[in-house]
Amino acid sequence: MEQIFSTLVNGLSLGGIYAMIALGYTMVYGIAKLLNFAHGDIIMVGGYLIYVGMATQMPLAAVLLAVVGCVVLGICIEKVAYRPLRGASPLAVLITAIGVSYFMQSMAQIIFGSAPKMVTVYDFGAVELFGATIQVSSLVTLAVATVVMTVLTLFVKYTRTGRAMIAVSEDNGAAQLMGIDVNRIITITFAIGSALAALAGLFYLLKAPAVSSTLGAMPGIKAFTAAVIGGIGSIPGAMLGGILLGMIESVSYKITAIAPYTDAIEFSILILILLVRPTGFLGKKRREKV
Amino acid sequence: MALLEVKDLEVYYGVIRALKGISFHVDRGEIVSLIGANGAGKTTTMQSVIGLIPKKSGTVTFDGTDITRTPCHKIVRLGMTQVPEGRRIFQELSVYENLLMGAYTVQDNARFKRDLEAIFTRFPRLAERRNQIAGTLSGGEQQMLAMGRAIMCRPKLLMLDEPSMGLSPLLVDQVFEIIQDINRDGTTVLLVEQNAGKSLAISHRTYVMENGSIVLSGTGAELAASEKVQKAYLGG
Repeated sequence: MEQIFSTLVNGLSLGGIYAMIALGYTMVYGIAKLLNFAHGDIIMVGGYLIYVGMATQMPLAAVLLAVVGCVVLGICIEKVAYRPLRGASPLAVLITAIGVSYFMQSMAQIIFGSAPKMVTVYDFGAVELFGATIQVSSLVTLAVATVVMTVLTLFVKYTRTGRAMIAVSEDNGAAQLMGIDVNRIITITFAIGSALAALAGLFYLLKAPAVSSTLGAMPGIKAFTAAVIGGIGSIPGAMLGGILLGMIESVSYKITAIAPYTDAIEFSILILILLVRPTGFLGKKRREKV
Repeated sequence: MALLEVKDLEVYYGVIRALKGISFHVDRGEIVSLIGANGAGKTTTMQSVIGLIPKKSGTVTFDGTDITRTPCHKIVRLGMTQVPEGRRIFQELSVYENLLMGAYTVQDNARFKRDLEAIFTRFPRLAERRNQIAGTLSGGEQQMLAMGRAIMCRPKLLMLDEPSMGLSPLLVDQVFEIIQDINRDGTTVLLVEQNAGKSLAISHRTYVMENGSIVLSGTGAELAASEKVQKAYLGG
C-alpha cells in the first residue's frame, strides 16, 4: 500500500514536471509550427540562474531571477534565431534549433565549467503519509504543477490573448484577418514556455541538487516524447502525455527487474503509440488545404 | 476619392507572375466584384491587397493611407477585412467564440454586445447554435458565421472571396441578399465570385480578370450585355 502510494506521488510529481516542459514544446509547435529543440536547454539555464541567484541566500529571489531570465532568453532566441526563418523550410528551422541547443550548452560550459555545480535551493524535508515516506518537495512540485496547468488552461480558454493563441494555431492567415498580430502571439508563447521550463529547472534541482550543462537534455527529450504521445499541438495532450510518462517512469523504477531499462521502456512506448495513433492521444489530423 | 485604390499591383509566386500589374478602385458605398475563371488571380488580388501575401510592386491606398507595406493585422485595424475563400472559421471554437475573435480589435464591450445582438438578429441560426463548436456547423451556417465574424469589427471595406462556393442554390440567393443588406447598412463591398451572373446582378461595377490581368470593366448591365462576358462567364 505505502509502496503504491509513494510510487503514485513520485509519478505524478515527475509527470507534472514533464507536463510543464511538454507544454512549452506543444504550444510553440501549435502556434509557430516549429519544433524548438532548444527548449530543454532553457531548463538548464534556469538551473544555472537559480545557482547564481542562491548567492543571495533567498530561494524566492533565485527562482524569480530564473523565471525572468528564461523568459527574456526565450523571447531573444525566437527573435534572433527563428523569426528570420519564418517561411523557410522546416528542416532549416529544425537544424537551427539544434544549433541553438548546442550553443547554449557550450556557453554554459564556458561560463560555469564542465563539472556540475551543487545547489541546495531549499530543504523541505520528508513526511510520513499512509505509512510511506514522501519528499515534501514532490508534493510541492505536484501542487505547483497543478496550479500552473489550471491557470494556463483558463488563460487559453477565457482571455483575449489565450483565444488568439488558439486562433493562430488553428489558422494563421484567418487569425491575421481578425487583426491578431501573429508575431506578438508567438513572442508570448515563447515567454510562457520558457517560464514553465524555468520552473521545471527548479523542480529538478529540488529532486537532485546539481546543475550541469546537459541538465536539460534528457528531460527535454522525454517531455518532447510526452508532447508527441499526447498529440503535439494539443495543450491537454501535453499534460496527459507528461503525467503518463511520469507514471510509467515511476512504476518502472520501482520494479527492480526492469528499472535499468526505464528509458528504453519509455521510448518504446512512444514508438508503439505512434504506430497505432500517429497523431498521439489528443492530436488532430491537420486539415489539408485544398 | 476612392476608398480602395490599387495601382499596378504585381505579385509573384516564386518566378511565376501571378498578378501582372493590375489597377482598380472601389468607391465608398459600392459593391464591386471581380469575376473570372479559376486561376485568373482573383484570390491572389484579395490576399495581397489585405497583406496576407507580399506585393512585388505597385501601390495600394486605403481610406487615404498607403498600405502597400502594411502587415495584415494593421490593415484590419484600419477598417478592412475579408471573408476568405473556404470560410476558414475557427473549427475548434464555438460560434460565440468565433464572433468574439471577429471583434478582436474592438475594445468597447457595450459596442461588442450590440453588434453581437445585431448579428444574432440577422443570422437567427447562429443564435440557436451560439455554443456549438463551429466545426460541426453545416456549410451554409459556416458561411453565415464567417460573414458574421467579419462584420463584427465594423469594416469600412468588406472583401468576400467566393462566398457562394459549395452552397445550395437557395443558400446562394440568401448569401447574395445578405451581402446587399450589409452594403445598404453602409459597408463597402469587394466581391470575388465565380458565379458571374449573380455578381453582375448585385454589383455597381465589375472587373473581369484573366491570367493575372484585368481585361474588362464596367457596370453590371454593360458587362452582361458584352458578348465576351456572355460567352465566357454567363454560358450565353
